Amino acid sequence: MIRFTRVTKTYPRTGTAVQDVSLTVNKGEFVLLTGASGAGKTSLLKMVYLEERPTSGEVRVAGTSSVTATARDVAKLRRKLGIVFQDFRLLDNRTVEQNVSFALEVIGAPTGVIGGKVNRVLTQVGLASKGRAFPRELSGGEQQRVAIARALVNDPFALIADEPTGNLDDRATRGIFQLLREINASSTAIIMATHNLELIRRQEYRTIEMARGQIVYDSAESTAMPRSTP
Amino acid sequence: MRSFRDAFETFHRAPLLSALSVTTIAFSLFALGLFGLVALNIREALERLEDRVEIRAFVAEGTPPEDIAQAASDIASFPEVLRADLVTREEALKRAQAELGEFRDLFEGAVLPASIDLRLKPGQRDPATVKRVADRVKTYSFIDDVRYGEEWIEKLHRLRNIAGISGLALGLAFAVVSMIIIGATIRMAVLARAKEISIMRLVGATDGYIRRPFLVEGFAKGVMGGLLALALTWLAQSLINKYVIHTIFFDARVAMLGLLFGALIGLLGSAVSVGRHLRRV
Repeated sequence: MIRFTRVTKTYPRTGTAVQDVSLTVNKGEFVLLTGASGAGKTSLLKMVYLEERPTSGEVRVAGTSSVTATARDVAKLRRKLGIVFQDFRLLDNRTVEQNVSFALEVIGAPTGVIGGKVNRVLTQVGLASKGRAFPRELSGGEQQRVAIARALVNDPFALIADEPTGNLDDRATRGIFQLLREINASSTAIIMATHNLELIRRQEYRTIEMARGQIVYDSAESTAMPRSTP
Repeated sequence: MRSFRDAFETFHRAPLLSALSVTTIAFSLFALGLFGLVALNIREALERLEDRVEIRAFVAEGTPPEDIAQAASDIASFPEVLRADLVTREEALKRAQAELGEFRDLFEGAVLPASIDLRLKPGQRDPATVKRVADRVKTYSFIDDVRYGEEWIEKLHRLRNIAGISGLALGLAFAVVSMIIIGATIRMAVLARAKEISIMRLVGATDGYIRRPFLVEGFAKGVMGGLLALALTWLAQSLINKYVIHTIFFDARVAMLGLLFGALIGLLGSAVSVGRHLRRV
């Protein structure tokens, strides 16, 4: 479903961010991506949704290849992925409902189905009663739930989350993680970059550790503990 | 529909910026319009002057009148010739006396040669054509001399060409300036919506979808700027007419072309601006 084949990403100014990475993420998997800042996690995730293309090697996501994809292919791929960030990236001048429906409107979804879908995902993330609120009226955890609702509203096969709990306190973090587990239970794959030690230590999920652009540990291939904890 | 709504929303959300951009576009096009007006009026004046371009073929004394009449009718059928008039000796004298007014006595008892006076069709009054027709007229054996003021015609044409070329060059320069201004104003609108655009891309909107409202906005601003510029040019022309000199204004077709040009500039300026932003993010 998501396959990296000998992928290297080099930036002209900052040098190599990802080096010779090969990796497969299967349907419905839950993957925690860990590593110190600058280890290459964000670059790796950006290549999943083709925000960046590899300098060499190939990323293949649901049949779309980083080598041949056109701008239109990339747009189509992103309709099948949900993407969530540490800083939520919500539109401040739109309500919760409007932020979520925005994701459907801009891909030309029929107006008739938008309301129903928005209600369904807002219920799923526990914000059914806050549809009319503006992002600034919500807590950090709630804002991230809105971002997750927006990512889910197109029924993605995978959710890419780059440090989604980085700005949240422990309680909100637990809530968001619980929500991601529920989403994963309905067979949506999750790839989540995180520094959260508690999650990593549980060894419940596949954990991949990166350092200096390379994968230094992958629990799917090894029984040893991560070499270092972030 | 969404594109129009979004474009309109930008006007609604940032009325001052929108008004400012329409005004700057209008002033660029106004400058273009003023220059166009000058070029148009120079051309009009030159055309009036060109109407007076005339070839005069003097007939040798003693030529039978039938020969002259036959030649005049031959010459009148040349494709370049509008009309060929026969001027007899008596008529030539009368005309000279009339033209000289108080010095008419000088011609008392004078003998002036008869001539065939030619006027050429509009568009056939350039130096090369005039010379070609004059040379052809000269081939008649009874034509003594052909005069057509070569130097004057050449100067007239040079002036017209200079006016045309400088009009075109300045017009293009103004068009480029207008495009840069539109591009900059659209760029401000794009930057103001940068976050929205990045989210749109993230959730899978195509570049075409993102681009469209900005193109509509650029088009609309171009048309509005064009309309305002047209109104300003018309006002300026009315004032010049009233206080300085009688001039003519663009006809409806040229005015429409001006508006279309404004719209095109708006469209291109925004296309370049949005395209650059989308390539960068």
